[in-house]
Order: sequence, then structure tokens, then C-alpha cells
Amino acid sequence: MSGQTLYDKIWDSHRVRDYDDGTSLLYIDRHLVQEVSSPQAFDGLAERGVTLRRPDAHVAVADHAVPTRLRANHLPRGLAGDQISRLVRNARAFGIPYIPMNDRRHGIVHVIGPELGFTLPGVTLVCGDSHTCTHGAFGALAFGIGASECETVFATQTLRQRKQKRMRVTLAGQLGTGVYVKDIILALIAKIGTGGGFGHAIEFAGEAIADLSMEARMTLCNMSIEAGSRVGMVAPDEKTIAYVKGRPLAPEGDMWTRAVETWRNLGSDPDAVFDREVELDVSQIAPHVSWGTTPEETLPVTAAVPDPRLEPEPDRRARMERSLAYMGLAPGTALSDVSIDRVFIGSCTNGRIEDLRNAAAIVRGRRIADHVVGIVVPGSAAVRSEAEAEGLDAVFRAAGFEWRDSGCSMCVAMNDDRLRPGERCASTSNRNFEGRQGQGGRTHLMSPAMAAAAAVAGRLTDVRNLDA
Amino acid sequence: MQKFTKLSGVAAPLPETNVDTDVIFPARFLLLPNKTGLGAQLFHERRMRKDEDETPPFVLDTPPYDRSEILVAGRAFGTGSSREQAVWALADFGIRCVIAPSFGEIFFANCFKNGILPIVLSEKEHAAVLAEAIAARPIVVDLESLAITLENGRSIGFEVEAHRRRSLLLGLDEIGSILIDDAGAITAFETRQRETHPWLFLNQARLGRFGDEVE
Ligand code: SF4
Repeated sequence: MSGQTLYDKIWDSHRVRDYDDGTSLLYIDRHLVQEVSSPQAFDGLAERGVTLRRPDAHVAVADHAVPTRLRANHLPRGLAGDQISRLVRNARAFGIPYIPMNDRRHGIVHVIGPELGFTLPGVTLVCGDSHTCTHGAFGALAFGIGASECETVFATQTLRQRKQKRMRVTLAGQLGTGVYVKDIILALIAKIGTGGGFGHAIEFAGEAIADLSMEARMTLCNMSIEAGSRVGMVAPDEKTIAYVKGRPLAPEGDMWTRAVETWRNLGSDPDAVFDREVELDVSQIAPHVSWGTTPEETLPVTAAVPDPRLEPEPDRRARMERSLAYMGLAPGTALSDVSIDRVFIGSCTNGRIEDLRNAAAIVRGRRIADHVVGIVVPGSAAVRSEAEAEGLDAVFRAAGFEWRDSGCSMCVAMNDDRLRPGERCASTSNRNFEGRQGQGGRTHLMSPAMAAAAAVAGRLTDVRNLDA
Repeated sequence: MQKFTKLSGVAAPLPETNVDTDVIFPARFLLLPNKTGLGAQLFHERRMRKDEDETPPFVLDTPPYDRSEILVAGRAFGTGSSREQAVWALADFGIRCVIAPSFGEIFFANCFKNGILPIVLSEKEHAAVLAEAIAARPIVVDLESLAITLENGRSIGFEVEAHRRRSLLLGLDEIGSILIDDAGAITAFETRQRETHPWLFLNQARLGRFGDEVE
């Protein structure tokens, strides 16, 4: 019999029972709760008269709808404020910890889960948010669910699931200068497509992984969903263990020793078999930017806007034409000639300390172009204070960026930070869908360093060409 | 949950690929508090006509498709965000069945929780059903016999996971059945896991400390 993968091991250790149709009831250890997907789930519980099976397995925070400036102690008015206060009320009524907007532990769910030590290797973790795959960076089985499934987890601490196929993405080689993990994941999505991971749980492996920091691994796993997979994971190693140690909710004392012993055995066995294997030589990757309205519509920044007339497949051609019309781009235009209006550095993809360091390194001693409005939004209050301790806020401010409080901000048009119709944005977020950053807004996805370079140049540009 | 057994009528064609949940239900409406009444925001940007003369009305606003209960969509329909609002909006608008070559996985799972049947067909069979939709010829979707029947009598089979089919046919509520059938197994699992993985259970003292720090 062949060995087990990381995914198999976590799956097996969380099976409550198997049903005769091949599905299993999977036990859920951890549930992160936010304001958008939880209200209807809490209402459902109230209607049933059911309480939470395990209140200690949930932590709540509002991230999508919170303002990122001028928020000292008051909620926004209107629907956003209502949504946040509803979460506060529900958390209190159902007895789960709620982290307020102005708390020093506030942040985007996928940034604070790991910071708090709520995210641990080997756990099953869910959240009513598709980027829950981020937590897979710790060797957790983490996936996004809908609001109805949130209700199921509240009430039963389980979900009925069918096991996915296993896919391994092996990353070989070393990244070149000016190339970052965001470029790896964008290049992978461009290669396998937004449906490439359908039905599969991805494990990222290979020599390039060992070099990546936990922050970088989170960026990688975060966008697994853009490759069509709900699950993206990396086996825990000493870096993982060092990151978790001493976090507020991480195990302590004897428990820590026992937990670490278990975590060291989680990695895929050498003879484990995957249903699909993909390899990527990361040393060949150039900085990437998206040009369309789906993350697979991405190219190296050195390329030109593609021409739909050269696309033989009619569905794809129609899709490209629609994307270019929405994006206001003409085929053949060099990507580095595309002028931008806004820059957004932040989100659960690239709102961590390392991302801010990489962006700050580019803008240090430079000014952003006059016609560009740029905002830097740390993914959490902890990231914000760490950046301030390093003086990064001063670097960004001096360059002309606004320095904000933590939240999803311009990643999603649910708060005050939005694009206006027709505005074009260099963004470190994960989705370039129509209207994602605001009705009619045009999004180009890229790494924090590339977004910083775009801010300085006033247009998309190859960060490798900025003079040192 | 509303039962699903059989539907018949003209299906609406929306063959575009990668129609994501931001297109189905734009993010800015996620602030709306309820599950019901979201049909007004369904495909909002597509249905808003900038130029009355030039932009043809959106398919779901064009008779006979404005009364369709079946949508024939393109590859990767419902990709992207996990927002169940996309499904609630479809349901509120009156869509009970979506047929596509592939779906976003979370969207797919969300459909079953709301009495909507998502059907995956091969590209070839999908093309046949799409042609019927474009020609506005009625089709029949039968969940009991797991078949789509075209007007010319051709029958196209499809698959649905057994428990999902049963839940749809009977309008079952999954939470209710887990609570009734599996409560014992869940408790037994927790007892075992407390022994083998005790660190996964945050005791009250620990959480209390955490809670206290949160003002
Ligand atoms: S930052 Fe963006 S992708 Fe991440 S949780 Fe917030 S809205 Fe979702």
C-alpha cells in the first residue's frame, strides 16, 4: 500500500463516520466567523432554537465592512455599521470571542487566525470565505464554505464532505531578483487555469517551498481558490513550528511538546501517490500582472495585451473580448504602457509584514506619480504596529501613500475604499473580477513590489527596471 | 428546504465562461441583511442598461427567458467568492436549476442547501441543451430519473450524489439529520480526540484570558 499525503492524514484523523454513498462526516476543529457570511447562519440557529455545539471553536471579527480610516471608536453609519453591530450582538448572544475593530488583535480573518495561534498545523479549519485556503500554509486542512455550512458547523461541529483528489504542485529552482511568491501563484493560475484545481486538494512542495517564509506560503495557498481549488496546503516544517510557538492561543508546556511531535509526522510520506502532478520551475518566472477580469488572464509584465482574434476557441475568444472591453484595453498594447490611477497594497493575499517590507523597499526615497492615489492597508493591527516599529509607515507616507488601519479595504467593494467607474488600479489583492473593487473599476493583480513600482512610474512597469 | 422533483420549461442561455459570483451578485450588495428579496440585485451590472438602444437587454430580462426556472450557463459558473447570496439571489429570482460544464466548488455546494439543482454535463451534452435554450424550446429536468429530456425526445442522463439527490427530492434539512442521526458519533469522536489531540480544545481558563484581553 502506498503512503499517505498530508491531506489524507488530516482527512483520516477527522472522519467522524463514513456514509454508504462515499461521503464522510468531517469534524471541524476551528471556525473563523466574519460579518458577511454569519448573520444568516446565526438567524438559522435562533430559528431552530439550537446553541453552538462548541463555543470554544470559534473566533469572530469584522473585516470586510470596516472603514480603514477615522475609525476611532465609532462604527460606520448605514448598512456597514448595521452588519458589524449584528456580528457583535450575535457573538455575545452565542458566547464566542469577538475582536473589536479597534483592538490590537484586529485584522482580516486570514491574517489574524495565524497571528493568534488559532490556526494550527493538522487542524480542520473553515470560514464562510473562499480564501480560507490561506491557512493551509500551516499544514491545516482549511477551506471556504457558504453561510448554510457555517450554520451546520455552529450546530454540529461537522460537515458532510466527499474526499477530494490530490494534486501536488512541485516548485523547483530559485526566484530571480524582483520576482516574488505572488508571481509564482499568478504564473501557476495562468498555466493551469482558474479551473485547473477543480475537485483537487493542492499540496505545494519542492525545494522552493523550504525557502519561503510563512508569509510567502500564506500568499501561495491564499490564491489556490483562484486556481479552482478550495484547498491549498504546505507541510509543516521547523519554520511553521517556530511561527506558531508562543502565539496567544497556541498550545503551551507539555501540550506544546505533544503537539509538535504530531505535527512533525504530518508531511506526505515519500511513497504517497497524488492523482495529479504539476511542476513549475520558478527560476523561469518573470513578474506577472493580470490584464483581464479573471485571474487566469495574466501575463508577464514584459508581454503585450493579447489579441482575441488569434484565439481559435470561440468561448475563450468571446471571454477575452468581453474582458478587454471591460478593462478598456486594446490588443497589442505593451502592458508596461498601461497607465494607472490607483494603487492598493493590502488584503489577505499581500497585507502581511513581509509584503509591506517588499513594497517599502521599492518606494523608499521615491515619490509616487502625481496622478496616482495610493493606499497601504496592513492586514492586521499587529502588522501595522510591526511596520510602524520598523519605520515603514514613514517610508510610505513620505512617498505619498496613505497609511490606513487594518481591514479588507479595497480588495472588495463593501466599505469606503472603492474604485470609481473606469478607474484603473494596480492591486496586490486576489481577484480582478468585474466590479470587485467598485462598480466599473479595473483591477490589475500583481505583487506588492510591482504595485509599488507601478505607483512610482504611474503605469504598469517591470520592477526589475527601476534603477537602484 | 423547498423540494425539487421535476421542472419543465424554456431554459435561459448564458454561455459565457467564468461567470464569477461577483458578477452574479456584486460585492457591494453583500451589506444587505437578508436572504430574501435579493433577486433584484441578481446580475445587477449586466441588467443595468447604460444605453437603451445599443445594449441588448440581459437574457433574464428578455421574454420568454424572464420566466425561466432553468439556466444553461458556461464553464466554471459561480467561480470565486463563497457568498451564498449568489445562490439566494438566483433562488429569489426563480431559478431552480443551473446546467453547466463545470462550477465553482463552493457555489456548487451552496446550491444544494437552497433547493437549487446544479447539473454538470459534458461539453457535448451541454452544447445540445444550450442549443435548445437558444431556440427557446422547452426541456424537462427530472431529478427522480436523473435525466434531461429535450423536445425531440432525446434524453440526457446526469449524476447527482445520492445524499444530495435525496435531500432535494424530500426537501430535507441536513443540519436536522446530522443532529438526529450522528450526535452519538460526534460525541464519541470528541471524546477520542480529547485524548489524542488535547491541545485542540481551548479550555475555559485559556479562552477566558483571551476574552478578557478583548475589551
Ligand atoms: S482581503 Fe479580500 S479576499 Fe481577503 S478576506 Fe478580505 S475581501 Fe476576501
